[in-house]
Amino acid sequence: MAQLPSSDSATHIDALKSHNCRSIVLCSGKGGVGKTTLTANLGIALAKLGHKTCVVDADYGLRNLDLLLGLESRIVFTAQEVISGSCRLGQALVKHKHETNLMLMPAGNPRMLDWFNPEHMRNLVTMLADGFDFILIDAPAGVEDGFKNAVAGANEAILVVNPEISSVRDADRVAGLLSSQGAFDLIQLVVNRVRPRMVEKLDMLSIEDVLDILAVPLLGVVQEDEQVIVASNLGEPLALGNHNSPAAVAYGNIARRIQGEDIPIPDINAKPAGFMDRLSDFLSTKII
Amino acid sequence: MSIIELLNRITGARNTSANSACSRLRMVLAHDRSDLSPAILDQMRLEIMEVVSKYLELDHSGSELSLETEERSTALVANLPIRRVRKVVR
Repeated sequence: MAQLPSSDSATHIDALKSHNCRSIVLCSGKGGVGKTTLTANLGIALAKLGHKTCVVDADYGLRNLDLLLGLESRIVFTAQEVISGSCRLGQALVKHKHETNLMLMPAGNPRMLDWFNPEHMRNLVTMLADGFDFILIDAPAGVEDGFKNAVAGANEAILVVNPEISSVRDADRVAGLLSSQGAFDLIQLVVNRVRPRMVEKLDMLSIEDVLDILAVPLLGVVQEDEQVIVASNLGEPLALGNHNSPAAVAYGNIARRIQGEDIPIPDINAKPAGFMDRLSDFLSTKII
Repeated sequence: MSIIELLNRITGARNTSANSACSRLRMVLAHDRSDLSPAILDQMRLEIMEVVSKYLELDHSGSELSLETEERSTALVANLPIRRVRKVVR
């Protein structure tokens, strides 16, 4: 670890600014809301738009980003060897099979949890800032040390939330922690795994409800989509192909909003399918 | 109002699960954000009532102090029903 230049909190921000690199942490508090899936897909989508993008797996306890990207068999070195100085940065980065603008910085083994600290993450980001337009950091669930390490390297945050009571509560806690840190230029919200049918029947919090409660600006909305599971089975994120499933379209739109395009967030209104759906539509007809 | 909402109103099933999620969240977030325990809140209520009771006769059983939240800001809301105004000795 002695080989690394020490970088205090200002240095990694300076490095990001001077290389025009944006470092975005994806966090949620609660587990299972789709952070890793979103990280993988936004990584692919940004790379497809021509940005040199690095996805950093900061979930050292339960790493999965390699698996969702289909890169699990290509990992030789990890962030652990980079930080300890036993390999160069470029040796640890894994290039994506199809999307050459995308690289993965793999998580080391879970023992990293014992010694890895925010300083190490800032060092890692300082090194990465040179070669990338975007760094996406996949934070672990929780608000403990792993989370603090993950957010230490970012100057922007994407808060991922499901329209579900425990997820919103945890997201509120994370939003509070992020804003008390004061190190973020931008904190935005992605409402993930929305089921339009349930929202229509008033059995799921609507986007408006979530925004009203959390008061964090909305970056995008992703519908619950079975294709996401198919994609993770294959290790080929939806954003990779030319899918037109709802989630795939949403990922692409979010990436374009991140790069500054003004793309309106569509109303989530599902198309009626079967008899029950049509009945439910009839019952929802406005009469007054 | 939609047909389903009208039916809900007629059958009295007005509270949808999304609505109750919303109100439960507002309640719990007000406490999360302020970090006040119910015990401290109750102590505050008693002390506030003590002060107000110098001027007004309050209905002790009906009083309540709660936290309400909107747009990331939290307000302390006191509901203190008045029995009658005391003649204040100046």
